[in-house]
Amino acid sequence: MSAVADHNKTRTFGTTDWRRLLSPTGNTGDAIFRVLMFLMAMLMVSIVVAKVIALTSDSLMSIRQFGFGFLLGREWNPVKGEFGALPFIYGTVVSSLIALLISVPFSLGIAIFLVEQAPLYIARPVGFLVELLAAIPSVVYGLWGIFVLAPFLRVYVEPFLARWLGWTPFFRGQMTGIGLLTGGIILAIMVTPIISAVVRDVLTAVPGSQREAALALGATKWEMIRVVLVNGAPGIAGAIILGLGRALGETMAVTMVIGNRPDISLSLFEPSYTIASAIANEFTEATDNLYLSALVELGLILFLVTFVVNGMARVLVWNVLRKTGGVGRAA
Amino acid sequence: MFVSKRGFSLIALLIALSIAGILSACNNSGGGPAASSSVSLQGAGATFPNPLYQKWLSEYSKLHPNVRIDYQSIGSGGGIKQIQAQTVDFGASDAPMKDEDLKAASSEILHVPTVLGAVVITYNLAGTSKTLNFSPEVIADIFLGKITKWNDPRIVADNSGVTLPSADITVVHRSDGSGTSAVFTDYLSKVSGEWKTKVGTGTSPSWPIGIGGKGNEGVTGQVKNTPNTIGYVELAYAVQNKLPVGHVKNSSGTFIEPTIDAVTAAAAASVATTPDDLRVSITNAAGPQAYPISSYTYILVYKNQKDAAKGKALVDFLWWGLHDGEGFAKELQYAPLPADIVKRAEAKINSVTASGAPLRQG
Repeated sequence: MSAVADHNKTRTFGTTDWRRLLSPTGNTGDAIFRVLMFLMAMLMVSIVVAKVIALTSDSLMSIRQFGFGFLLGREWNPVKGEFGALPFIYGTVVSSLIALLISVPFSLGIAIFLVEQAPLYIARPVGFLVELLAAIPSVVYGLWGIFVLAPFLRVYVEPFLARWLGWTPFFRGQMTGIGLLTGGIILAIMVTPIISAVVRDVLTAVPGSQREAALALGATKWEMIRVVLVNGAPGIAGAIILGLGRALGETMAVTMVIGNRPDISLSLFEPSYTIASAIANEFTEATDNLYLSALVELGLILFLVTFVVNGMARVLVWNVLRKTGGVGRAA
Repeated sequence: MFVSKRGFSLIALLIALSIAGILSACNNSGGGPAASSSVSLQGAGATFPNPLYQKWLSEYSKLHPNVRIDYQSIGSGGGIKQIQAQTVDFGASDAPMKDEDLKAASSEILHVPTVLGAVVITYNLAGTSKTLNFSPEVIADIFLGKITKWNDPRIVADNSGVTLPSADITVVHRSDGSGTSAVFTDYLSKVSGEWKTKVGTGTSPSWPIGIGGKGNEGVTGQVKNTPNTIGYVELAYAVQNKLPVGHVKNSSGTFIEPTIDAVTAAAAASVATTPDDLRVSITNAAGPQAYPISSYTYILVYKNQKDAAKGKALVDFLWWGLHDGEGFAKELQYAPLPADIVKRAEAKINSVTASGAPLRQG
């Protein structure tokens, strides 16, 4: 390394040797490679920027018509030309939150079990099966949801919840098996393999020295696992964000079980509507320009919601890093 | 590494030759009339007549193997949009296009009616497989959310021999934009003033209550799997899934079962008042045997076709559908067109031109 540093020091900046400017070694191949990689990275950024521009320009008509009222409007009436996004934002956010609430404990448990506790002959097949869940197409989840999950919830789970938790406003109303709760549960199942796979990687990446140090200081197995978790906390947060990202955008499975009703209701038994479902259901039929523009604006909102959520999670990760001084990767 | 330099170039040559072979084969098939006589047509639109059109396509391709026709059931609104954008050769819609949509098209679009269908009220009543009678106002009030229980006195009044449970009614409607919804809401607007002002007619109305299913298939699935539901689907879907179908009271006061004859009766009663462009709504038709929630379904074509070969294939297919294709209608639960309408549809097909010359000679 010091040889390269010396080489840099003796570089003459008065020359027009572009190869030296672009790469420390002054090698042509290196310079071209660096430019190429830079262009590819810029391509990704420019695609994102282009997406934002396209979304904004197509939704301008709706933005001009409704302004900020669109975000707070509760009525979605294509016949009358009144469009409001609040029911969709509510449905998307709440179904994703339910999915995370259910999925995170399970995913963490699966990951800890597979990394810390299971013998290899169990860990490999179980790990493989969990990852296989991620490969199942979304539509198949939706079909399974309609024919298996919804009747199961309607007959066993929802009456149970209504009986014991019916005093809260969250478990009231008609029990059809189709609604926000079913959507949340299906999302939880779809998101678990992603979160658990990334958390497994994170936990494996924590250096063995941390585990040995904890055990050497007299920690129990659970205390040692806690140390590992704290070490991997930023990575775990990153895994949860990935899962949330999938949950926010998931379309087909949710459309089939969530009831497709643009209404806001506290009860989880009631049908609801997510942004992705609305676009999937109504885009082909939107012959009216304002209708189309309103749907594109919904897409823009979903984009921004995902952006904000990721941003908030990033801040969380920085806080965790500061507090624990953990050695997790920049997930 | 494993292959020598000469071997590598040999493999590369083989790959290049095979790619060239595949590309040239692709260019030859399914394309210009100059290369071979095969023609490919693309259509898209309503899900309502999809089972029938798929049958037509498979039968027609046996008779004319050089004509490839694809139909995608993406919904009536999609069919209208695609034909306006000229991305398909023909569109299909249950509800006829509105005046504004016709004006927005680049040139004149013809409506060719193909068959008649019925929108039926289907339901899932735990414990009863009996046929229920529904009055128009009762249907409207159920879908408005004003009647909430199955044993509501107004439903009981129409169904004297049946014990109805005291369960809540769960309404199922379409979540996607649909011609079936347009026909159903058109009927409800005619029979209920409150529906007309509160909700109106449209492919994507704002339903007061209920859960949404995607496509006729989605509504059928929801009704079949959830007890105490009521929904509306095209007749073929209810029959094929063995769901009970309600009898609806027509404008003459009789509870009519949605049969093929009842649907044809509804069309026959409206023939006199059908305008020249054949865009008509036959819901709540007069006539003692008419089923009130019936509808034509149309194929939309441009009067002036840009490509003569494709246009000829298209009009030949439409002519075949109007005559031989009608024979398949009954077994799939669609009603054939009344004779008068067939004549008028024939005239429409004969008026299709390419570069000024009609494509069919009589």
